[in-house]
Amino acid sequence: MSTLMVLVIVIAIGAAGYFIGRQRAAAKAGGNIKPHSLPHYHGWWVFLAATLPAVLFIAIWTAGTGIYLERSAIAELPTRTADTVIASQSLELGMVSGIARGLDKLSDAERASLPQTFAELRPLLASKGVALATEGQDYMIPIAVEWNRNTSRASNIGGFVAIALALAGAIFGLSGVHVRARARNNVERVILGALIAASGIAILTTIGIILSMLFQTITFFQSVSPSTFFFGTVWDPRFAAAGSGGSQGQFGLIPLLAGTLYIALVAMLFAVPVGLFAAIYMAEYASRSVRSVVKPMLEVLAGIPTIVYGFFALVTVGPFLRDLSAALSGGYAFIQAQSVLTAGIVMGVMLIPFVSSLSDDIITAVPGSLRDGSLGLGSTKSETIRRVVLPAALPGIVGALLLTASRAIGETMIVVLAAGVAANLNINPFEAMTTITVKIVNQLTGDLEFNSPQTLVAFALGLTLFFITLAMNIFALYIVRKYREQYE
Amino acid sequence: MNLMTERNLEKAVNDKMSAQANAIKMQGKDVTVHYGDKQALFGVSLDVPEKMVTALIGPSGCGKSTFLRSLNRMNDTIEGCRVGGLITLDDEDIYNPKIDVVELRARVGMVFQKPNPFPKSIFENVAYGPRIHGLAKNRQELDEIVEKSLRRASLFEEVKDRLHEAGTGLSGGQQQRLCIARAIAVSPEVILMDEPCSALDPIATAKVEELIDELRENYTIVIVTHSMQQAARVSQRTAMFHLGNLVEVGDTEMMFTSPTEKRTQDYITGRFG
Repeated sequence: MSTLMVLVIVIAIGAAGYFIGRQRAAAKAGGNIKPHSLPHYHGWWVFLAATLPAVLFIAIWTAGTGIYLERSAIAELPTRTADTVIASQSLELGMVSGIARGLDKLSDAERASLPQTFAELRPLLASKGVALATEGQDYMIPIAVEWNRNTSRASNIGGFVAIALALAGAIFGLSGVHVRARARNNVERVILGALIAASGIAILTTIGIILSMLFQTITFFQSVSPSTFFFGTVWDPRFAAAGSGGSQGQFGLIPLLAGTLYIALVAMLFAVPVGLFAAIYMAEYASRSVRSVVKPMLEVLAGIPTIVYGFFALVTVGPFLRDLSAALSGGYAFIQAQSVLTAGIVMGVMLIPFVSSLSDDIITAVPGSLRDGSLGLGSTKSETIRRVVLPAALPGIVGALLLTASRAIGETMIVVLAAGVAANLNINPFEAMTTITVKIVNQLTGDLEFNSPQTLVAFALGLTLFFITLAMNIFALYIVRKYREQYE
Repeated sequence: MNLMTERNLEKAVNDKMSAQANAIKMQGKDVTVHYGDKQALFGVSLDVPEKMVTALIGPSGCGKSTFLRSLNRMNDTIEGCRVGGLITLDDEDIYNPKIDVVELRARVGMVFQKPNPFPKSIFENVAYGPRIHGLAKNRQELDEIVEKSLRRASLFEEVKDRLHEAGTGLSGGQQQRLCIARAIAVSPEVILMDEPCSALDPIATAKVEELIDELRENYTIVIVTHSMQQAARVSQRTAMFHLGNLVEVGDTEMMFTSPTEKRTQDYITGRFG
């Protein structure tokens, strides 16, 4: 019995419960007593009582079955020794489940006369459209057969229990239908629970992401000490082929961190004045008709995928700056096509809509009475903005800028294309530097062995980046919140 | 008791005398105001005599605040607002394109309905106007202007020990008097007040009213108010607005005792509005 079929049956029971419940409630409503809830609430309550526990059970059972199957398969695998051909246990397990999936496709007759060696099985499965890796071993076949048997047994048990739960739930719900029953309040509670669950998912995902990075990072720090990672000034991870053990390489964070902050700084130097002035124009000077055209156009910038900004930097801005510098110096291009400046300017363009949109909201939130007060004293518009509006909006603007900066630090695609990959530690903005995000991309894409520090360093970098942006966001939110209190 | 009534009588007589004697400071002739397609004022002609308090009364939406705001062109800040007719300050058309609006607003100051101190210190709030207009040559002069303005607004004694604390931390009534001090610091000739007491409690209201009465000595004041009693207490002249028209204008005493228009009488006695 497949999970999908069980689900359909459960929902069908729930739907039937809905109609019966609604009808019953409507039938009972005729008397002298005012019904507590409308009939459709009774219907929904029966539906929820029937489906919710059953669906939850299916989810837990399916997850539990997966773990149980793997455990029992591992128990049957031959003990691992030095001459085991397959590199790792998880690889072995993957092969077994692959064979099991293939066996599932065979007809009953074929299954009855199952070949005993992998060499014979492979073409048979290939004819069914299941391709298997070469290293499959003969001992895996019985384990796979057992796997399939366990799977079908577990799903049958689970299916019956789920349907029984659904029926029991429906009967429970229906038995509760009477005139003064508070079905409406029950449904309300379920809705509240669903909303809480939704926000819980967001939080749990964040925690899950942190944990997944944390474990890999800990593994990384077992081979490279944290002090050489955090304070090392040389980034030279070398290549390490699988199992070669080879040279260690150096994993210094400092050049990457410097590059990240430097490029973000150039981007902010470009984006802050432009974005802020645009926001002031939009909030204070632009007439309604101008604003209704300009503001959406500016926000289109925010909708451009960052990889497109990357093209723009690589194909247009970089070569332009290089040629410009060549023309200025009379031959020698002192600005490289891939440089801090190129990446910074293009990232700055990307950030303009963030700065302007956030600042616009904050400037508009400054009470109009302050503007009136200042204008009423005979100050000009720009005096009013400089001396009254901006000081009042300043904490909020600082918060907005911090949020923008954390975006700049976490930005990836522009710097991958425009900043270069050389982990230099210099202060010349015309040369290439690289960022944490670029190196994460480099270390994770490619043919490196997963368990080597060369790959694992990506997680340490990711976690570092996460904490930097997290700290900035928290600080920004703190400032924004503090500022909000001023007007209330 | 006898003495009191006698003094009141004397004051009333003085008021009446001055009402006739005072020169015209501001004058509106056939003033119309449109907000977009909607007309808010239909040809209002009203004189504002010098060094007196003129009260504008009338039910909500009658155009009294609109008229007030067109006296220092604060209506310019509202999108889609057009002003027609003639408004003069010392016989000079204030809507003449050659007029510097910023300078005009320095001469015709304004106090708003809700106290709106800037989120700066008390000192900086009062010093704001003198600073932007360059009224003080040095710090000492600035200190003097601030103190004088705060004294005139009868706020100095209450705040002299905390001049450098935030102006927003004062009570509502103190904030409003701070706003009046801020307006005085620019040495305006006319002060416009748009329901200055509507956000204040009765005690704070009494203080502000007392202050308005004192300010009359040096400034021309136009005040919009919802409260009949307030108009009667602080003003020498009263103008009654209704549906964008000026119904009647005259000496306050006369307006409250024997109005010529029935609508004025109905409004004053609370029959509508």
